[in-house]
Amino acid sequence: MSQLDSLNPSAIPAQDEALRQEVRAFLVEAMRGVPAHVRARSWSGYDSEFSRELGRRGWLGITFPPAYGGAGRSAFARYVLVEEFLNFGAPVGSHWIADRQSGPLLLKYGTESQKQRYLPAICRGEAFFCIGMSEPGAGSDLASVRSRAAPNETGWLLNGQKIWTTNAHNCHYMIALVRTSGETTDRHKGLSQVIVDLSLPGVAVRPIVDQSGDSHFCEVFFENVQLGPDALVGDEGGGWEQVTAELAFERSGPERLFSSIALFDEWLAYVRTPQGRTPQAQRLAGKILSQLAPLRAMSVAITEKLTRGESPVVEAALVKDLGTGVEQLIPAAIADDLFSRDAADVPAELLNTLNYITQVAPSYSLRGGTRDILRGMIARGLGLR
Amino acid sequence: MDDLFSDAVKALLTDHCTPAVVRAIEAGQAHAPLWQQLEDSGFVDALVPESAGGAGLALAYVYPVLELCGSFAVPVPLGETLLARGLLAHAGVSVPRGSVVFGTGQLGSDGRLDCAQVRCGTQADWVLVSCGGACRLLPVAAAQMQVAGFCLDAQLSWPQSAWDAAHAVPGAHDLMTLQAALYAAQLAGALMSVFSRTLQYANDRQQFGKPIGKFQAIQHQLSLMSEHAFAARMAAQLGLCATGQVPDRLRVAMAKARTSEAALEVAGLSHSIHGAIGFTREFDLQLYTRRLHAWRQAAGSESYWHDVLGQALLDSPEPLSLDLMRTLTDVVV
Repeated sequence: MSQLDSLNPSAIPAQDEALRQEVRAFLVEAMRGVPAHVRARSWSGYDSEFSRELGRRGWLGITFPPAYGGAGRSAFARYVLVEEFLNFGAPVGSHWIADRQSGPLLLKYGTESQKQRYLPAICRGEAFFCIGMSEPGAGSDLASVRSRAAPNETGWLLNGQKIWTTNAHNCHYMIALVRTSGETTDRHKGLSQVIVDLSLPGVAVRPIVDQSGDSHFCEVFFENVQLGPDALVGDEGGGWEQVTAELAFERSGPERLFSSIALFDEWLAYVRTPQGRTPQAQRLAGKILSQLAPLRAMSVAITEKLTRGESPVVEAALVKDLGTGVEQLIPAAIADDLFSRDAADVPAELLNTLNYITQVAPSYSLRGGTRDILRGMIARGLGLR
Repeated sequence: MDDLFSDAVKALLTDHCTPAVVRAIEAGQAHAPLWQQLEDSGFVDALVPESAGGAGLALAYVYPVLELCGSFAVPVPLGETLLARGLLAHAGVSVPRGSVVFGTGQLGSDGRLDCAQVRCGTQADWVLVSCGGACRLLPVAAAQMQVAGFCLDAQLSWPQSAWDAAHAVPGAHDLMTLQAALYAAQLAGALMSVFSRTLQYANDRQQFGKPIGKFQAIQHQLSLMSEHAFAARMAAQLGLCATGQVPDRLRVAMAKARTSEAALEVAGLSHSIHGAIGFTREFDLQLYTRRLHAWRQAAGSESYWHDVLGQALLDSPEPLSLDLMRTLTDVVV
């Protein structure tokens, strides 16, 4: 656990912090008049034109090298940008995975031609990616994936199925974890990552409606999908290690703290009114802030580790597990506050936002690894496994 | 504070503040030998300006020492004295020999000055008493003393003449916030001690033919403990981040609230994992878990500080809670 002893307060460098003013000025205009229950969707909200506008402003792939369309900035620059996007509830879902995860993965493991082909398009907001991990028989037990890409004379022949794939219906590409050699009983061995162009013949994408009425995740079917030889990302058989490294990016960001922030801020606006303000609400506001703020500092500290090329997987799991806990506390505690009083004057928009967040909150501690998987990873980091 | 300074404090405490020493002082044996070691080391003058013979450190740099006061369950007022001497020296008051703690006083109709629960009051030479907006330094030797709450804490009472004669400290001082910053840091230290001891115990204790730490249920409880311990530590560090010698009240509110919440969670989980042995006087765990509860209660519980932070958030004109969060957490290095 000595690695965690060094999780200390870290400063966001001034040149990266300076981005905040610029992006905020844009967001104040772009998000004017958007109701809270829509802003609450944030990185589950999609707007391709909005993504392209961010691309035009140089805010996508900002950490990628200039040679591939990026700005060569640090992880802190991206941290400032996404923190603002999330707190304004900007519809960033279209490009979210490509910017956070697929782009950095291709930078690290991709061939030169893969980088040239995909990274500039990601930076322009023209190539959206999803991640094909879960399958009907492979959820938390990810190593038991059965989708297979078999080598043939023209590349790889892909068959199988993915499920719970966020945003697949709005994406151009999937980076899928599939078996390329061996059998399911070989577990981690023989897994690889392949890029699948979702417009290819044999690919079928079927959105799944969640309990809130949104369709943000999908089933994806592959039937004799012919991939080229350049579909392979990284090493054949190296998929498990690559996916594990990728998850540090997936779990450490501010999206693990701010999923309910649109509701919290909307509730605060009501509690600031003379009829809304009560001692109980004041105390609750302080409780939520005192839990969120240290997590924000930890997320910044992890970003600092990423800038030094470290892969703080255990720290990221720790922040995600605590962070999603606060994100789920927010709708539960706000509902208790609002309905312990005479609720006659509670604005309808606040109630709609509460209703939406209450319905999506269970997903917070499922996506990107369940609570139990994360605690198992922390236990491994503690040397218990 | 550089690592050399805190490493030296750690070495000193490892040698002279063992669990046996903590037990002996709690049982009423003399604290003078331990205190003399600490006094002679000069660590208590960390915040005193160099011109007055101290180390002249800024507040943020003493965090590691205050955390060590918690992780070693130091049974004498090292942290209190370190902060009090800094306050006195910067207020232009000559610093007395001996240890100093903090008290909140009330002048009663019976003509006495009462301090209800002075933390570590049974072990102190002086009390910096805040009463009616003024701050004065009173000698413990002149007080009537009675143990109050935690075994080292005391209720102290002086004749009003003692208050009238006491040396006044110029300026306005928020002793509550200063103490809350201290106990947040000590809680962070004690939380880490309790966590690492519980982890060790889970690796050692065998049941059903294997260490209990091999069971998933125990692993997940330990993971949760680590989450609370590390979040609390981050909050406590931020609580001491200040540009000058005076802690920031809102950062301290976050720090004390978060560490106090963690104290309850971690104490409960540690006793659950230890079973009956952890609840005995003989086993060391209690030296730290009793302090988790005592320091949670000291200088305002989590709800006290939630109110402070909540008021600031509701009074803030910013529509995004992020902006207050940033002022609480952004640091300059």
